[in-house]
Amino acid sequence: MEIDQSLPKEYATEENRLKIFGFWVFLGAEIALFATLFATYFTLVNNTGSGPAGKDIFELGPVLIETFVLLTSSFMIGLAVNAMRLGHKKAMMSFLVVTLVLGAIFIGFEITEFIHYVDVGAGLSTSAFTSALLTTLGTHGAHVTLGLVWGIAILLQVKKHGLTPKTANKSFIFSLYWHFLDVVWIFIFSFIYLKGMM
Amino acid sequence: MKEYFSRFALEHTEPMVVASQIAIVLVVIGLVVGITYFKKWGYLWNEWLTTVDHKKIGIMYVLAALLMLFRGGADALLMRAQTAVPNNGLLDAQHYNEIFTTHGVVMILFMAMPFIIGLMNVIVPLQIGARDVAFPRLNALSFWLFFMGAMLFNISFVIGGSPDAGWTSYFPLAGNDFSETVGSNYYAIAIQIAGIGTLMTGINFIVTILKMRAPGMSLMKMPMFTWSILITNVIIVFAFPVLTIALVLMTMDRLFGAQFFTMANGGMDMLWANLFWVWGHPEVYIVILPAFGIYSEIISTFARRNLYGYKTMVYSMVAISALSFLVWAHHFYTMGHGAMVNGIFSITTMAIAVPTGVKIFNWLLTLHKGSIRFTTPMLYALAFIPIFTIGGVTGVMLAMASADYQYHNTMFLVAHFHYVLIPGTVFAVLAGFTYWWPKIFGFSLSEKIGKWSFWFIAIGFNVAFFPMFITGLNGQARRMYTYSESTGFGPLNLLSFVGALGLAVGFALIVYNIYWSTRYAKRHVTEDPWNARSLEWATHSPIPEYNFAITPQANSIQAFWDYKETKKPLFVGHYEPIHMPNNSGWPIIMSAIFFVLGFSLVFSMWIPAIISAIGIFVCMLVRSFDQDDGHYISVEEITETERKSEALAHGNRPISS
Repeated sequence: MEIDQSLPKEYATEENRLKIFGFWVFLGAEIALFATLFATYFTLVNNTGSGPAGKDIFELGPVLIETFVLLTSSFMIGLAVNAMRLGHKKAMMSFLVVTLVLGAIFIGFEITEFIHYVDVGAGLSTSAFTSALLTTLGTHGAHVTLGLVWGIAILLQVKKHGLTPKTANKSFIFSLYWHFLDVVWIFIFSFIYLKGMM
Repeated sequence: MKEYFSRFALEHTEPMVVASQIAIVLVVIGLVVGITYFKKWGYLWNEWLTTVDHKKIGIMYVLAALLMLFRGGADALLMRAQTAVPNNGLLDAQHYNEIFTTHGVVMILFMAMPFIIGLMNVIVPLQIGARDVAFPRLNALSFWLFFMGAMLFNISFVIGGSPDAGWTSYFPLAGNDFSETVGSNYYAIAIQIAGIGTLMTGINFIVTILKMRAPGMSLMKMPMFTWSILITNVIIVFAFPVLTIALVLMTMDRLFGAQFFTMANGGMDMLWANLFWVWGHPEVYIVILPAFGIYSEIISTFARRNLYGYKTMVYSMVAISALSFLVWAHHFYTMGHGAMVNGIFSITTMAIAVPTGVKIFNWLLTLHKGSIRFTTPMLYALAFIPIFTIGGVTGVMLAMASADYQYHNTMFLVAHFHYVLIPGTVFAVLAGFTYWWPKIFGFSLSEKIGKWSFWFIAIGFNVAFFPMFITGLNGQARRMYTYSESTGFGPLNLLSFVGALGLAVGFALIVYNIYWSTRYAKRHVTEDPWNARSLEWATHSPIPEYNFAITPQANSIQAFWDYKETKKPLFVGHYEPIHMPNNSGWPIIMSAIFFVLGFSLVFSMWIPAIISAIGIFVCMLVRSFDQDDGHYISVEEITETERKSEALAHGNRPISS
């Protein structure tokens, strides 16, 4: 394995560079995936049948908290990558832990939000609108949950092996994933919640 | 207990299905006993099931595709036999519905796609002078996910019942109200599993082609097949997520009572049709563009001329790929989206004929003044041009929204898309298969048997499908399991059946050719049997594990031809240790768990579904913690392999023109 010392560790080997580029292509596919979900949602947003509409069930408070929590976690993973580039293993791990804790808090809020929807009669089979809403939120939430498991695996590997080209590469790719989920959330927040509450 | 297992029973049993159930059990027992008796489990596991070598993965793809060709072909023969005479009772309506559904899905998703992915797996890394694909283990996972998806789909007709709502699976027909059996669950989940594999293939090959080309090979010096594969994979990466979501929504509707495509509570059945075709139309180009690439290689080789209009070929493929995302609504002009929308989609659809026409003329001008050799692959390529043009021209007829009200859902449409897909994709993969066979195995297929099969296929195809244009214009609807004698459709449908038999003979001859040539063909006659032009022919046949002992220098689209003409060496430098990935059992294990997950979901068995989902996560975690840095092939080993290959080739490489 040839290691190029002039580059940051996550780019240091050919394999690492291929993996990062490949992940960008994967994110392209993810954009297509979420775009399809959004298209579906906006097609069905007014098809509420006999069920509630968005403005009947959305609550700004919890959603704002979710938004701030997730945005902060995205900032934290940025700090983690920065610490990684500076070679501070402990700082990097601490920021990663904060990222994951905030992600878990986000998921906790989202679960209570789902329970609330079901309580107020907006379950998965209530109407086309609720189906689309819960599936779109659920897909994002499933991504975040997967990210939590992934993040813990990376944390353990960094702890065990230190900041090697391999672990740095995994951490960097994880940070791309996490930022991406944040971007998707901004669209969800603006166009599903805020627009829905108007 | 009995109640639990009753869910696997077929609602619709027939002697034919029971016979296949017994046959499947017997074949599986036979395989297991045979492999155990010959003590081949170790060989199978080490050399094939766990391989990450792009060449072996490619061969497995092609093998699976050929199997599926015969599965889909059997469906097709049954359909033609059923409609051969009026009021036929060979199949009943339900069985006919199941057969045309599985025929479509199997041929497009489990035959055409894997055949193409198989050929690109073997050839693309060689054409760009790479050692393997960018992510070899991911590549193995792609294959096994496709394979498990295909197997899950195929067991539907013996366990629980086949999908019967057409390969397009339109709602509300495919919803729980009208499709009560698990058939459509199989559709949603089996295609999902295979589709994830395809998406990963797309990512893998984009990275491979963009980042791993030999020194000197700029984008505009890539062989045309590689170009077509690059564009195809870009389409895959942007089209397949749409299918992923469409199938997720379908699964939510069918298994969890969501209301996306239902007829009540705001559901919108037409949303499915739109999502399906937003993926479905680019899918057509996913299977046709690689075919264009294969033909470009073959026509250029056997006309002994470099490809006419290389740049316009590339630009027209890019144009086709962009347009492919803008035409989906032409599949349902008659479903009431108004004159404005129909008009726009008419225009975009007709526009696709322009770049496609450009390509046809480029091939014709490549042939012009060429010294043409009529080999089997070339015969397919030459037959493709006129037959595909008929398909294209009838496509423009269908593109006119107002006229489409006459053609829609008739046999005219069936004839049209078979005239595009069979000369386009099927002829191309058969041509590519014959063309690259000696590269892969070190001996050629029999030209004599190959030409017999070509003529059976080419003539059989036209006899089978041309009559459908006529019966379609006369009003024969597609997917009707029978018709009365007074319609007058009888004689032409009988003719179709005769043509279908001709096609069957042609495909059987291909299998016979493989058998005959494997047994009797002369080995290691030459490593360049066709006097070919691109880099894949510059290495030995059979191909060493590492492809090229020294990375080649490529300075044109036909680097190997230039080498033969100018003798300017392709391989500069000396042997160095080569880094290669290790075999891995995780892809097949993980895919097998995906199969269990899929099967459990089909039958709504939640506990096994949850356990297998956890199993998949565990696999991913174990893989992540796995420290596997591959291995090095030493200089001594390379020298030895190269010496042996040279000896086998008797110094026949390369033949000069």
